[in-house]
Amino acid sequence: MTSPGVSPHETWPLWEVFVRASRGLSHVHAGSLHAPDAELALRNARDLYTRRGEGTSVWVVPSDAITTSDPDAKGAFFESPAGKNYRHASYYTASEGVPHL
Amino acid sequence: MGDAVATADVAEYALWLGDDALILAQQLGGWIARAPELEEDVALANIALDLLGHARSLLRYAGTSDGRTEDDLAYWRDEPQFRSAWLFEQPNGDFAQTIARQLAASVYQFELYSALQQSADETLAAIAAKAVKEVEYHRDHAVQWTLRLAGGTDESRARMTRAVGDVWPYVDELFRDEPLIDRLAGIAVRPSALRPGFDAVIDAVFAEAGLVVPDGFRSSGGGRRGQHFSSMGYLLAEMQVLARQHRGATW
Repeated sequence: MTSPGVSPHETWPLWEVFVRASRGLSHVHAGSLHAPDAELALRNARDLYTRRGEGTSVWVVPSDAITTSDPDAKGAFFESPAGKNYRHASYYTASEGVPHL
Repeated sequence: MGDAVATADVAEYALWLGDDALILAQQLGGWIARAPELEEDVALANIALDLLGHARSLLRYAGTSDGRTEDDLAYWRDEPQFRSAWLFEQPNGDFAQTIARQLAASVYQFELYSALQQSADETLAAIAAKAVKEVEYHRDHAVQWTLRLAGGTDESRARMTRAVGDVWPYVDELFRDEPLIDRLAGIAVRPSALRPGFDAVIDAVFAEAGLVVPDGFRSSGGGRRGQHFSSMGYLLAEMQVLARQHRGATW
């Protein structure tokens, strides 16, 4: 966030919006928006993402507070576990007399 | 609601409130694509749409007294037939001026619709019950921006102070009791009775914002009697041009 007046064409900081559709569900990312502060981000989120009765709860998070995985590192991050049977504890035999396994 | 027919006096009162909402909606529509940021564009447009919804309900009800439709009333009346108070036809000005007008308008409308829910007229009570929840958000929006502009930079504070000075002369008219109100006891809300609630909210907001209620010229107003600024003519011309050029046009 820059101080007001520092640059001639500054824009408001970016916020990520999470909306909970109903009780018992988790908040789901709905999109992003610009707002000068958290209180107004919440109100802008209400106007942009909940005007049709979608939500019972809204979270806004400064976008720069979120650390994301690198899209270019998708392979290394999300490599399928297929073929890595050693990751699964499937070779052990259950000991006799041990209940609830 | 549905089939209720308004008496001439109730229709006149519905026009007061409906025209306030209609003119303010038209004014806020002027910000679309011109607001300081896209998000504020959407916020002001949403408020305008809420107000247009209130106006439609009130004009539709007003029209039941003499068989006119909401379109007849919105598009086929000229300046002297409009009953909106002068506050609502004050120009958009800069963003601060729009916020100052919005603050006065939404605090007034919140007090009004809160009380009107107890009206003996079921249609007016139902319209008020729906509107009050939306106006509460309009009020919150205006309060948030008043605090930020007044507490922002030297420039924003100067503009907010000037805007309050420009708008406040037109506040008094909202609380003037016209003879019509005496004839609608139990149905209409007595405007003067709304003043303490309005002042309490404004005093609290201004105290937090470091603003003072301007002490000076107080316009007597004349909107309820059909007297308007010359700018009202331009506003109506823009609002009515499509309906008048294409008679009977529908979506």
